[in-house]
Amino acid sequence: VMAARGVPAEACVGQLVLPGDVLLLPAHPDEDGERLRLGAGAARRGRLLCGPGLRRGGAGLTVTKCGLLRHRPAGGGSGGGAFWVDSQQKRYVPVKGDHVIGIVTAKTGDLFKVDVGGSEQASLSYLAFEGATKRNRPNVQVGDLIYGQFLVANKDMEPELVCIDSSGRASGMGVIGQDGFLFKVSLGLIRKLLAPKCEIIQELSQLYPFELVLGMNGRIWVKAKTVQQTLIIVNILEACEYMTAEQRKQALAKLSAN
Amino acid sequence: FMQRSLDSQTKKQLEEEEKKIISEEHWYLDLPDLKEKESFIIEERSFMPCEDLLYGRMSFKGFNPEIEKLMVQMNSKSKKEEMEVDDKMEADVSDEEMARRYETLVGTIGKKFLKKRDQRVLQDEDEDENSNTRPSKAKKMFLKPQD
Repeated sequence: VMAARGVPAEACVGQLVLPGDVLLLPAHPDEDGERLRLGAGAARRGRLLCGPGLRRGGAGLTVTKCGLLRHRPAGGGSGGGAFWVDSQQKRYVPVKGDHVIGIVTAKTGDLFKVDVGGSEQASLSYLAFEGATKRNRPNVQVGDLIYGQFLVANKDMEPELVCIDSSGRASGMGVIGQDGFLFKVSLGLIRKLLAPKCEIIQELSQLYPFELVLGMNGRIWVKAKTVQQTLIIVNILEACEYMTAEQRKQALAKLSAN
Repeated sequence: FMQRSLDSQTKKQLEEEEKKIISEEHWYLDLPDLKEKESFIIEERSFMPCEDLLYGRMSFKGFNPEIEKLMVQMNSKSKKEEMEVDDKMEADVSDEEMARRYETLVGTIGKKFLKKRDQRVLQDEDEDENSNTRPSKAKKMFLKPQD
C-alpha cells in the first residue's frame, strides 16, 4: 500500500478535496504524554466534529466524498471546531435527526409507510404524533404530506420517522395542510436556503406573504394566496441553483414591478 | 468434565493450554488503549450541527402566524441568551408584593369558612370596641386587601 502523505487540514479549507485524501490534524502536545492522562487531555482539547464526507482514520481524517472542505473554528456556543465536505448530490440518504417532507404511501393498521426519497420507505407509527393515543388516532390519509424527523436512520435498519420531538411536543411537525405545491431540488440548494441569513429567502420574503417548508431530503413545499404567486416562488427557487446573485435580483425586480 | 481419569501429565497439558488461551486474551486488552487515543474526534453524518441550519418551516408576512411564532422560538433556541432574558421579564408582580397580598388574603378568606360559633366570637370581639352597626356592615361588605 502506498503511504499517501497527508496534507494539514487547515491548509485545504475552501479547496477541492477528493476521496482518499488524508488530512492531518494539528498536532497536540498531549499526545506524546502518558496514556493515563488521555481522559483529562480530551476534555481540555474540546471535541472536534468530523462531519459528512469525512471519516476518522489513521493519522487524521480521510475524505470519502469529493467537494469543498469547510471548517468552522471552535466557538463558545457550538463546542469544538468542525470539518466537513460540502458536496453536491440529488439522492438523499436518511440521517438521524434530519427533518424531511414525506408522502404517505400506505396505511397498514398501526403503521404508515412514508416515501422520503431514500432507498427504502420510512415507517411512521400512528402514536408518534402530539396528543395521539390508541383511541385518539391522528387524521392521516394516503397521499398526505408529513413533516417529521428521523428517529432511526442507519444502513442496517429501516428508517423510522416521528412527528414529535424529545419533549413530546409537535413543534411544527405533523401533517402539512391542504393546497400548496411540492417539488424537488438538489440537497446543496436546501442547505444554502437553510443557512442563517440566506439572501434568497430574505429577498423572496419581501415579495408577498407565503409559507415554505424545506425538507432535508431535497423536497420543498410552497403555499401562497394564489396559484400564480405559488408558481412564481417555485420557479425562482428552482432556478436559484444556477442563477448568479445579479440575475436573481434582476428577476425579482421585474416581478415586484409587475 | 471427566476429571477422575486425568493423569498429572494431562492435567499439566490442560493447564498450559488454559494459560495460552488466557495470554491470548491478554492481547485483546491492548487494543482499547489505542481506540481511546482518538476519542476527541466525533463522527457526524448530519449537516445540522456543522452549519447551524435554521428550522425548516417558515412563513412570511403573516401567512401562518403559528409558524411565525415557531420560527422565533426555534431559531432562538440556538441562541440561548434570549431565552434567559424572557424568563426574567415574565414576572409582572414582584415577590414582595405577592407575599404582602397573600398575607391579608389568607385572613379574609379564612373568615368565610369559619363555623357560626366562631363567627359570633369574632363579632363579640368587634362589639367591645365598636357600635353594633359597624361590625354588621363590616361583615356584609367585601374587605379589600390593604396595600
